Amino acid sequence: MTLSVENTKTRTKLPEPEESDSLYEARKQIYPQSVSGTFRNIKWGLLVGGMLLYYFLPFLRWDRGPDQPGQAVLIDLANGRFYFFGIAIWPQEVYYITGLLILAAFTLFLMNALAGRVWCGYLCPQTVWTDLYLLIERWTQGERRERMKKAGQPWTARTMAQAVSKHALWLLVAWWTGGAWVLYFADAPTLVKQLATFDAPAQAYIWIGIFTATTYVLAGFAREQVCLYMCPWPRIQAALTDEWALNVTYRVDRGEPRGSVKKARALREAGQPAGDCVDCNQCVVVCPTGVDIRNGLDMGCVQCGLCIDACDTVMTKIGRPKGLIGYDTDLNVERRAQGLPALKPRIFRARTITYMVLILGVAAFMGVSLATRHTLGVDVMHDRNPIFVALSDGSLRNGYTIRALNKTGAARDFTLTLEGLPRGQLDILGQKGAGALDVHVEADQTLELRVMVTTPPDATPPQSTPIKFILTDPKTGEQASRADFFKGP
Amino acid sequence: MVDHTHQDIDAATGTPTTGHEWDGIKELNTPLPRWWLWLFYACIVWAVGYWVFYPAIPLPGGHTPGILGWTSRGAVNGDVQELVRQRAEFVGKIEKASLQEISADPKLAEFARAYGRSAFGNNCAPCHGSGGQGAVGYPNLAGDRWLWGGSLDQIAATITHGARTGDPEGHDPAGAAGMPAWSKMGLDATQIEQVSDYVVALHNGAATDALPGKKIFAENCAACHGEDAKGNPEMGAPNLTSKSKWLYGSDKATIVQTVANGRAGQMPAWGAKLDPATIKSLAIFVHSLGGGK
Repeated sequence: MTLSVENTKTRTKLPEPEESDSLYEARKQIYPQSVSGTFRNIKWGLLVGGMLLYYFLPFLRWDRGPDQPGQAVLIDLANGRFYFFGIAIWPQEVYYITGLLILAAFTLFLMNALAGRVWCGYLCPQTVWTDLYLLIERWTQGERRERMKKAGQPWTARTMAQAVSKHALWLLVAWWTGGAWVLYFADAPTLVKQLATFDAPAQAYIWIGIFTATTYVLAGFAREQVCLYMCPWPRIQAALTDEWALNVTYRVDRGEPRGSVKKARALREAGQPAGDCVDCNQCVVVCPTGVDIRNGLDMGCVQCGLCIDACDTVMTKIGRPKGLIGYDTDLNVERRAQGLPALKPRIFRARTITYMVLILGVAAFMGVSLATRHTLGVDVMHDRNPIFVALSDGSLRNGYTIRALNKTGAARDFTLTLEGLPRGQLDILGQKGAGALDVHVEADQTLELRVMVTTPPDATPPQSTPIKFILTDPKTGEQASRADFFKGP
Repeated sequence: MVDHTHQDIDAATGTPTTGHEWDGIKELNTPLPRWWLWLFYACIVWAVGYWVFYPAIPLPGGHTPGILGWTSRGAVNGDVQELVRQRAEFVGKIEKASLQEISADPKLAEFARAYGRSAFGNNCAPCHGSGGQGAVGYPNLAGDRWLWGGSLDQIAATITHGARTGDPEGHDPAGAAGMPAWSKMGLDATQIEQVSDYVVALHNGAATDALPGKKIFAENCAACHGEDAKGNPEMGAPNLTSKSKWLYGSDKATIVQTVANGRAGQMPAWGAKLDPATIKSLAIFVHSLGGGK
């Protein structure tokens, strides 16, 4: 609703709203053209390497002893374990995952400070899977021009067959993406067999379904929309970057004024300035997000470097030096505009050193804590009700529920001892004979013990005595302890 | 309704109006986004599915059952069955094993304690307290005083058959062997006073032969409580030399009342209500509170 004043004639007429005022921007279909060159090769390499890692890592075996999972990387939700080669993380050690995430964040910041959106352009799954989907699209439906020609045309048997095979291949890749995902949560070879015979648990099918759908939609249809509208990283990245970060940049000073090869040659022969950019538009047609890099840095630019390959190819053809589009810093862009010589990129500067120190610090902290973490543990819970019991002979007794943890792949025998109560008698319920404090814990298991601490009638301990339960592995001398209290009236 | 014949365009926004106007205020025609509308229709279609698949429409004498035949009671029963199925491995072992075998197997004992703890919370905690700490008149199960015996088998027997509840296998089924009311059994007020003094002294560890109550005790009380006053679990007679807190209190006034009017605490028989695996687990759990006796 809006106010419309009747007496409009006396007022200045409002200008007609322009089309561009709309807040909605319709998506323009992008038909990226194939390209070859250095950065394309790097991207192929990372794509193949990353996919191999993702698809085959679950099949890597790791011997942890009998009755232990033999998968190198396994998230065992049912038993609450995360296995990563020689490391087994228990639920209470989930802070290692937090540490890993912190490391990942700082690494991302460092990558950004050095070379801008290198994550977006080369490593992000959205980019990698979209790349793969584009490859399939080219195989089945042809190059950019062919695809553009077909778009909007009536279907023929040929184009129909091409479209069907494209979507079939897309769905196959999507299904395999989800199929690999679930392998990280169960024994991979077993699950593969179960999937093949339709015996797998329902969750496996549900998750494969979810990943098939998201991969198909995100890589097949949403594509650059994810980077433009869904992903927070471009926004955060813009706030974290600085003038020293390398970005894919068009050399305005070299490229302008644009003109045809002939015109430029004529100008140069006449001794007049001519730009190297021949306005061939190759940098735009290869761009997977439809950006014209010559307009300057753009949020849509994932900095994949494909326009560099396209431009270098053209420059080589027309006999001009490469690097009209290339990795450059904001600082140099400005310096060039002012006619100053470009500076070499600096890897070591306050920002990058800070990130490096933080990464090394967190990594060292995690490494040390992982290397020195206990392979046994003890948790103590004092009985709440009754807090203490007076016995017939006047002795005082406290009850505890103690959990002994064995985090190794072999069964171990521990001993439990008590510290801080010299006259306290420690008993484990169910042990043969008083004072027998051997605790046998199976491999990768915990054991709950009922423990009684009793002081003799003449001891009269204070209302609260701090005590300590110590679990020791007599073979290795490794100890874990837990502080608690002995309560009295 | 949208007036399509008069495409009156609002000057300020460029949006068509609906043709409605009140005092110069016109209503802009800004239809719902198409995606939202389709989502809305999809939700309606989805909701119709509930009518078809689930119980939905109340009718006189019942409701439409839905083609899935789903009921909330059935869902709960299904969950319970699933739980029983998951526990079956351990519960089956508990059913087969003796109490001694269960307590000797750390993993099985751990399960039995957890199983017993929940049964204890449901059935026993109202009288004996959440941690078995007891209350006046309800024994502390974490201590070492056991009226009817504190071994695993004795605890299981007490839970199954109870005490003074008419169960022929229970303790003192007819309630005849409880603490008698000595004021009606021939003791006068002075004698009751004297024997109570003696019992207080037993509790404090200060009993001497010189006390006048000793003779009365030997003649009347020792039959059940024993010559040494250490009690007799066969009779449910408590140990009177115990220094810990007593079932009804160990101050003189309470003891005088106990001697004069008697006591006959009851324990229900749970054998008919709980299955054997639950009772075994309860015995293991109760025994673990203080280690029994």
